[in-house]
Amino acid sequence: MKALLRREWLIVLRAKGAVINPVAFLLLSTLIFVIAAPDAVGSQAVPGILWTLVLLTQLLALDGMYRRDFDSGVLEQTLVTAQVPFVAILTRIFMQWLSAGFIITILGPGLGLMLGLPAHVAGAVALSMLIGTPALSLLGSIGASVTVGFSRGGVVLALLVLPLFLPTLIFGTGLVEAALSGGNLMPQIYALSLISLVALAIAPFATLAGLKISLEMQ
Amino acid sequence: MLTMQSLVCERGGQGLFDPVSMAVAAGDCVELTGANGAGKSTLLRTLAGLHSRYSGSFDSADSLFQGHRLGLDGLLTPLENLAWFAGLEKQPVEQERFLDALQRAGVLAKAYAPCSELSAGQQRRVAMARWLVSSRSLWLLDEPLTALDVSGQDLLAQVITEHCALGGAVVCATHSPIKVANKRTLGLAFTSSESQTGDGYPSDDPSE
Repeated sequence: MKALLRREWLIVLRAKGAVINPVAFLLLSTLIFVIAAPDAVGSQAVPGILWTLVLLTQLLALDGMYRRDFDSGVLEQTLVTAQVPFVAILTRIFMQWLSAGFIITILGPGLGLMLGLPAHVAGAVALSMLIGTPALSLLGSIGASVTVGFSRGGVVLALLVLPLFLPTLIFGTGLVEAALSGGNLMPQIYALSLISLVALAIAPFATLAGLKISLEMQ
Repeated sequence: MLTMQSLVCERGGQGLFDPVSMAVAAGDCVELTGANGAGKSTLLRTLAGLHSRYSGSFDSADSLFQGHRLGLDGLLTPLENLAWFAGLEKQPVEQERFLDALQRAGVLAKAYAPCSELSAGQQRRVAMARWLVSSRSLWLLDEPLTALDVSGQDLLAQVITEHCALGGAVVCATHSPIKVANKRTLGLAFTSSESQTGDGYPSDDPSE
């Protein structure tokens, strides 16, 4: 476990592009949106726009989730050698979340301000992302595991995973909207937590199955 | 340590070779031969648990698997790769032992360089150092001679001989004979026409 975490951490440190690129994409796409549709800034649509951009950023960060390990044979070794591959898979998912979802959570309130959200909902924005993005990493891991064997898996990954992201999008947006209108946040918080927990229960098994299928196809 | 009973690996619903039956005991070194596409890699992947479409049965101890993809992370140094692998096997991290293994494999000088900077042969040697670190007694090696220089090939034969002498077992797919005494040979071939169910072109299947 410690050795696994150490490896993941070293990789994050040495392949900074994997962390920086999605963040740069998120910042740029928000900026582009502000420039392209100034009328929308500060409008009712902002929570939805913000969460859509988060979804796309996660998608970008997901594509490489297992690819390096697949190509180098590290994945094979993990499945052959580890007695409990779930630990390795969960470690990977956690690091993916840490280098994408967690950073998105930190940036979220700032991006909300850029898009014209009032400062008093910044907390709700961060909260929605903190509970919502783990589901994106977990569900995305399933898609990434199935498409890792394709040389151009990116598009297939998007088609597979975006529908799975919809509930998170709906309740994440809902949470921010509820905060905007001063309504009760709890239903949305419960729903988002539920999605993330269900994803946590399913994702390790589905990912393992997906990785096995991908390894068998060659 | 490893028994196979009328084992046939399948790809695309077709058997790749004639049924294989063999018992591999401690101390055995088995050379797995066969033409390109005969199913050597697929057989090894099956035994390692990476390929689940087969008929017949096999029973195998926990194994160390060395495929065409070496299983080294290019961003990490050989030392870090060994530490990671030891962690997978739930072994304690002992730098000394890893350094010894790297020295034995002849890549001690590269212990602190990222693996991506190593040559293909050096990477093979780092992979060999991993076998030395591993506690598994059954080694499944897929064409381990690839990219190794003459001294590397001698070292490989030596490492395998020692492993077998210590009660381990090795199944090694190869095209050129490895220099190990008392080895057994398992040849994969496709001859029987009765197991042929499809279009009759069994060699079409790329298994390597």
